[in-house]
Amino acid sequence: METIVSIKPLLAVLVSLLVIPVLVSSSKNPNARESWTFFAGTIKFLIVLSMLPVILQGNQIVLTLFKIVPGADIAFRVDALGMLFALVASSLYIVTAMYSIGYMRGLNEHGQTRFVCFFALAISATIGAAFSANLLTLYLFYEVLSLATYPLVAHHQDARSKTSGRRYLTFILGTSIGLVLPAMIYCYHVTGTLEFAGGGIFSGQLSKPAAAVLLLMFVFGFAKSGLMPFHSWLPAAMVAPTPVSALLHAVAVVKVGVFSITRVVTGIFGVDFLLSFNLGAWVAGIASVTILVSSCIALTQDELKRRLAYSTIGQLSYIILGVALLTPKGMTGGMLHIAMHAFGKITLFFCAGAIFVATGKKYISQMKGIGKRMPITMAAFFIGSLSIIGLPPTGGFISKWYLVLGTLEGDHLIFLFVLLSSSLLNAAYFMPVFYKAFFCTKEESLFEEKIVEAPMMCVVPLVITAMISLVLFFAPQPFLNLAKLAVKGFLGG
Amino acid sequence: MDNYPVLIVVVPLIAALLAGLAAWIEERLSYPIALVGLAVSSFCAVKVLMQVIVLGPIQYNIAGWVPPMGIEYRIDLLNAMVLLIVSGIACLNLVASYKSVSQETHDRTGSFYSIYCLFVTGLLGVTATGDLFNLYVLIEITSLSSYAMVALGDKDRGPLASLNYVFIGVIGASFYLLGVGYLYMQTGSLNMADVSRILAGHQGSATVLTAFILCMVGLWIKMAFFPLHVWLPNAYAYSPVAFSRAVAPLMTKVMIYVMIRLMITVFGYDYIFKTLHLSDAVVVLASIAILFGGVMALAQKNLKKMLAYIIVCEIGYMVGGAWMGNQLGMTGAILHILNDALMTFAVFLAVGNMVYRIKNVDLSNLTGLFGKMPWTMAGFVIAAFSIIGVPPTCGFFSKWYLIMGAFEQGAYHFAAALIISSLICAVLFFRVFEISFFPALEGHGETDAHSPIEMEEAPVSMLIVSGLVSLSLIVVGLFSGTIVNTVILPFLK
Repeated sequence: METIVSIKPLLAVLVSLLVIPVLVSSSKNPNARESWTFFAGTIKFLIVLSMLPVILQGNQIVLTLFKIVPGADIAFRVDALGMLFALVASSLYIVTAMYSIGYMRGLNEHGQTRFVCFFALAISATIGAAFSANLLTLYLFYEVLSLATYPLVAHHQDARSKTSGRRYLTFILGTSIGLVLPAMIYCYHVTGTLEFAGGGIFSGQLSKPAAAVLLLMFVFGFAKSGLMPFHSWLPAAMVAPTPVSALLHAVAVVKVGVFSITRVVTGIFGVDFLLSFNLGAWVAGIASVTILVSSCIALTQDELKRRLAYSTIGQLSYIILGVALLTPKGMTGGMLHIAMHAFGKITLFFCAGAIFVATGKKYISQMKGIGKRMPITMAAFFIGSLSIIGLPPTGGFISKWYLVLGTLEGDHLIFLFVLLSSSLLNAAYFMPVFYKAFFCTKEESLFEEKIVEAPMMCVVPLVITAMISLVLFFAPQPFLNLAKLAVKGFLGG
Repeated sequence: MDNYPVLIVVVPLIAALLAGLAAWIEERLSYPIALVGLAVSSFCAVKVLMQVIVLGPIQYNIAGWVPPMGIEYRIDLLNAMVLLIVSGIACLNLVASYKSVSQETHDRTGSFYSIYCLFVTGLLGVTATGDLFNLYVLIEITSLSSYAMVALGDKDRGPLASLNYVFIGVIGASFYLLGVGYLYMQTGSLNMADVSRILAGHQGSATVLTAFILCMVGLWIKMAFFPLHVWLPNAYAYSPVAFSRAVAPLMTKVMIYVMIRLMITVFGYDYIFKTLHLSDAVVVLASIAILFGGVMALAQKNLKKMLAYIIVCEIGYMVGGAWMGNQLGMTGAILHILNDALMTFAVFLAVGNMVYRIKNVDLSNLTGLFGKMPWTMAGFVIAAFSIIGVPPTCGFFSKWYLIMGAFEQGAYHFAAALIISSLICAVLFFRVFEISFFPALEGHGETDAHSPIEMEEAPVSMLIVSGLVSLSLIVVGLFSGTIVNTVILPFLK
């Protein structure tokens, strides 16, 4: 394994940050502004992509920016896990940028310049979090991301978005300052470092109770992961425009949460350390409860975006469960699920938004027969649902396969039961949506039999992501290899 | 031998006199005189700091008289840093003040600039001097000029706030003077280094104990350490904004500096932490101060007053850190002198801009301010993040050291108080953001947000200073490792 010093991770973070002044100055000319967003997004993706071969060969790319205190610099390190996440986020950003144009213009939203600027800031912070070399840097980008997302959540500037924005901040900022910050400083106090290391940074300084408390502070503190009971910000955040829900609250923000938990579990505590205290099972237990409860709540939601939000809460906990199993296959499955869920869920959100743009409908009960009116959208919705349920031929099947293998490998049959029953629940809350969309009598149907799709800028992105979900079933290699490499790093030290 | 150390103090003094005289001839002359005086002083401060970093402490005998008879200026890393903070902030504030002074005290600008220079002279002298009695005189110069300044402010409440300030300030000064008297009784000297040398043999003496306690109480009154803070909120809230911008960041911080100077240079670590057993109690008091300041700030309806209570809270940070009794705590306290001065300055600059445009900064009056004054609010947001302690702004890093110090000493209540105060500050500032982000008319968000809000920014001179200082918060934050390693740690060694 080689370590290469390169400025690329910094460039990947900076590119969408530097474009913000340009975006502001071209606020009078929306087409130019949108082109700049695309341009920056594409450059960002290409920079990330250019690092992929190096990482796949098992190397790392590092860059130290500022030395703050020994063992906790502001520094980047690109490894397999970070690469996987950055690849997902930066590729989906381009698609979402396209979708935003269709969505925001389709609805004639206000404050579009502000919207794209904070979007760019949020994606910068996401990539920064993905490439963080230590907990301090990760915390920094985590906080920047929380704050950059607030104006996006409260975009509509009405009473409802005000309440939601407030709840969003209370949960996200409250837990990160109240739980993660003291836990992080305590870690540094005990070990003198915050660097993510293969085997963790503790070597016998912590007793089991102390380790348990610290672990729980981290796991709950990264509330972006939507673990119960700190999940209710996510359904609330659905008041945001759909591109935000799609990219940030199905991919970037929430996955920074699970990503941070993964980092802490594998890089700060270390797999062996947690196994020796049998603490992984605690986290897996919390994740299991979240999976089952959120899936049940999703069944009761009539607003499509809220149903998707509860589904996201459950699916995020799959990732946490997989990582907390602490078995090679389980962790592989968990990390793979970061990618697979992202492509599936973003498709679903894109569909929800497209339906809203085309028909103004938000509630599932009002969508009977919509399949005849928006066949492409609903077909994509079908594929997305399959991926989330975990059925072939979609990418979601692969990650769930590894997760199931992981439970068997660790002999945790209870978690196997959780995964399987959750799949049934997923099917139960998705099937009715597209069943009723396509199969209903003429009397039941609420729409005329005339194909009227959303604007092309809305439809193309969701077709792209649905196709990718399918392709990932046949070719999961880039993500699968990265996940396997990452696991090798966590276990091999 | 060059005279930079004394020039730092003398030039503003001369400027004060000239500005006062010039006002008789032509009121408009005072401003350039004051500006030049403070600019020269800042330049000298930079020179001195560089010299001290390279060559070590500077001793300067005023008028060639040899200590302990003559007055000595002794500049080491600590006060070189504080001198630069004071002169720099005072000078920048003057740049930003031109418009707001003529708006707020239009008939007395000459006297404003004259007293302002005198105030700065006092602060600089307090920081530079190595003589205990000279320190008293200069504290009084500072205080007397601030009484006058406060009285220049709000027509209804300014005079009363000033009177209150006079009474309590005089009591504080008397305590300190009495303490110096006791010290003189014991040692027969007033030169700090000399006193410290003589005191080494009298550690058990009741006279020294009395002197120490009297000095500390006097300083605590002057710095508004809870429960001796009652004068501060009104005095800062009702003074002219050009003055509160300078007094809020500087006055309390310089008093903290004096406390640290007495603790380290005069009485010595051994005396305070080994002979006396007061430190635990003071740290507890500091924790209470932090919580009290935060809770009181929550209760305020006026932005200036809210910030004044946040200062009470921040004083707790620094006193607690200094009395922690370990290097980390002291590092945090000293770093926080710099950081808190900058962030308080930044936040008050933003408030100054608001006052310039909207006069009344009651919280309810701030609606839609993000649209009206975007640049001012951007500066305000960065300053607020620093006060909350969001990385990479500087406020995060001093908090980091303070919490580390608390962990090392086992003072978990202090760490908890810091975390809670971060949360409280988050609530405080996000309340302000929320009010200013959302448009005035509740419930009509959609229509209202679409109508363009007219921008009404503050004058460019004020915006530039505000922007620069806010950006410096991030720069100082990123370089806090360098600052700690080149200035603070060598001083504490």
